[in-house]
Amino acid sequence: MKFIHYLEKIAGVSIYPLASFLIFSLFFLVMLIWVMKVDKNRIKEISRLPLD
Amino acid sequence: MQAERFYYDNKIVKSFGYATMFWGVIGMLAGLYAAIQLYAPGTSMNMAATTFGRVRPVHTNAIIFAFVGNCIFTGVYYSLQRLCKARMFSDKLSWIHFWGWQLIIVAAALTLFLGYTSGKEYAELEWPIDIAITLIWVIFGINMFGTLVKRREKHIYVAVWFYIATWVTVALLHIVNSFALPVSFMKSYSWYAGVQDALVQWWYGHNAVAFFLTTPILGLMYYFLPKAANRPVYSYRLSIIHFWALIFIYIWAGPHHLLYTSLPDWAQSLGTVFSIMLIAPSWGGMLNGLFTLRGAWDKVREDPVLKFFVVAVTCYGMATFEGPMMSLKNVNAIAHFSDWVIAHVHIGGLGWNGFMAFGMLYYLVPKMWGTSLYSKKLATNHFWLGTIGIVIYAVPLYWAGFTQAQMWKTFTEEGQLKFQFLETVTHIIPMYVSRSIGGGLYLVGALMMVYNLYKTIAKGSFIANEAAEAAPIVKEHSAVREYWHRWIEKKPMTMLVFSLIVVAIGGAIEIIPTFLVKSNVPTISSVKPYTPLELQGRDIYVREGCYTCHSQMVRPFRDEVARYGEYSKAGEFVYDHPFQWGSKRTGPDLARLGGKYPHSWHYNHMLDPRIMSPGSIMPAYPWLLDARIDTTSTASKIRAMQKLGVPYPEGYDQVANRDLMEQAAQIAENLKGDKIETPKDAEIVALIAYLQRLGTDIKAQPKEETAQAQQ
Repeated sequence: MKFIHYLEKIAGVSIYPLASFLIFSLFFLVMLIWVMKVDKNRIKEISRLPLD
Repeated sequence: MQAERFYYDNKIVKSFGYATMFWGVIGMLAGLYAAIQLYAPGTSMNMAATTFGRVRPVHTNAIIFAFVGNCIFTGVYYSLQRLCKARMFSDKLSWIHFWGWQLIIVAAALTLFLGYTSGKEYAELEWPIDIAITLIWVIFGINMFGTLVKRREKHIYVAVWFYIATWVTVALLHIVNSFALPVSFMKSYSWYAGVQDALVQWWYGHNAVAFFLTTPILGLMYYFLPKAANRPVYSYRLSIIHFWALIFIYIWAGPHHLLYTSLPDWAQSLGTVFSIMLIAPSWGGMLNGLFTLRGAWDKVREDPVLKFFVVAVTCYGMATFEGPMMSLKNVNAIAHFSDWVIAHVHIGGLGWNGFMAFGMLYYLVPKMWGTSLYSKKLATNHFWLGTIGIVIYAVPLYWAGFTQAQMWKTFTEEGQLKFQFLETVTHIIPMYVSRSIGGGLYLVGALMMVYNLYKTIAKGSFIANEAAEAAPIVKEHSAVREYWHRWIEKKPMTMLVFSLIVVAIGGAIEIIPTFLVKSNVPTISSVKPYTPLELQGRDIYVREGCYTCHSQMVRPFRDEVARYGEYSKAGEFVYDHPFQWGSKRTGPDLARLGGKYPHSWHYNHMLDPRIMSPGSIMPAYPWLLDARIDTTSTASKIRAMQKLGVPYPEGYDQVANRDLMEQAAQIAENLKGDKIETPKDAEIVALIAYLQRLGTDIKAQPKEETAQAQQ
């Protein structure tokens, strides 16, 4: 079960963390916008779910 | 739509609740025993099963998987049904889950006492039990998702997202970290080695904290705290934001367990940065919980349940601030390997996990038995005893941690290390005593709870199936265009997949490069595989749990290089399946132990550490002198190592025992010179061989291949 070294060196590997950073940021941006725009009553309804 | 009548299953909740209390007491007893052994090593009564190295994993596994595990299931089975307005998907699966989990715990306790361990923290259980855990976890998942699919409540409340994320991530963590090659029925070698093993282990280990000890409990908090206070959570928007932030960021924090070790620098930095970022979503959760009680603090005065929850959430906030601080390299330089880490763990464990469990049980039992708590006063006394217990536990350990770290690093004016390692141990014994008193108080409180709940149950009458009514979900065709987010809220499966992707990203970015990129783990040409005798010795080291007190990782600090020798390089560990860097220095680091003492020193030290080190708190290991090495296992161990990529020559497994006996004979001969008679196949001989090999490879001259090895 030897490891296969797909890459011989680390140069240029920064595309992967960059991609993950972009995925993360885009997701968060969209989520934040949604959270700010969501209807107040809907939020109230959902937050009361355990109590009803 | 016509409302449907159905019943919530309380029986399964009751059973998990009983299991929580039972294993909680057992786990705390094991912890108390371990704590006492640190200043009274004789209490292991010279038996293998009761030494600290074996008791410690029993304690950690009992608390994490048996106590907190059953607590999670208690809370999830209760809250999920009510949040979904549906009975659990399958009663049968509920019971298979329950009994399967308890059987796993019993198997764990037995095997750990007997020394069957993988040598990886919080993942000690050997491969057959790992497979059982996977099966039961899948059954839990089917039951949980099945309930979600048949729910009568459209919206999925935040607590449930936490449950989903927990289920997904624990599955991922468990499977990836448990990759191992079985050698025999209860023995396996980690698929990973050295640096990679360390990284996978602490990716797993920290995320066990995140996704077993934190996220499911946050889910429970989001349900039980509003219920107990009878008011909705402070900010639902905040709960959405901090949920996603938490599950994304937490995954990356693993390397903060490996700062200043041989882990590549870039991975260490990632761990630190993400650990600091983690303060925000963690405190989001804490503030959300505490602010929920805005205007209801008078209720806290009256209600023991809320008292427990308030301290729990506060301890959560403390621990999630302290943790990131300890992830800063300059702080970590002092904290790592010291008792500060233990203090930190127990603020979270006793404060957050324990108190949330207690609060939940105090809430649930009267509810499910249709009565009121037997004695509010007793519960309040439990609260105070437990809180004081936490303080008396943690403060001495902070003191001990700072003290030992300072003493380790003190030089005299002439530039010599001022304190022998043993001095730093004996100096903090009073702290170890205090800490066990704190733990004892905490345990007494828990026993008070057991009594209180027993009396409550006695005066109530159990509601096995709680009646409820709700209308099934109608597929809406809304005229107005919906916000797109509604789409994900109603689709638990989609949420499952998304959570999986989110947590997988962090793991992949950190772990995959070390496997794929050759230059990430530099090899050292003089580092060679262990000999068969040393391999057997290493397995004894793992079996006895030596890594629970001894580290094998010299950090690049002046005081460590002065005390232990050359700092540890990544390439030295390439054949270590599993790695044994350790997390704690109750005893000294052993990375460069090879050649430091004569064979006879080790012999006597294992017979009774106090012969060679007066005042030592290490338990005695006299059975190693009589037990024989199991040479029948040598061939299969060599073959397993070959499969894992360790470069033993082809066919070496057939002749390995010959080399083993030859090296053993040499050691026995050497011991004879020091007036010690021992059969050459005694286990102590193997252990000595291993210990004498540690850290010597980097000084080795490249040897000519002998004729024997070339055969």
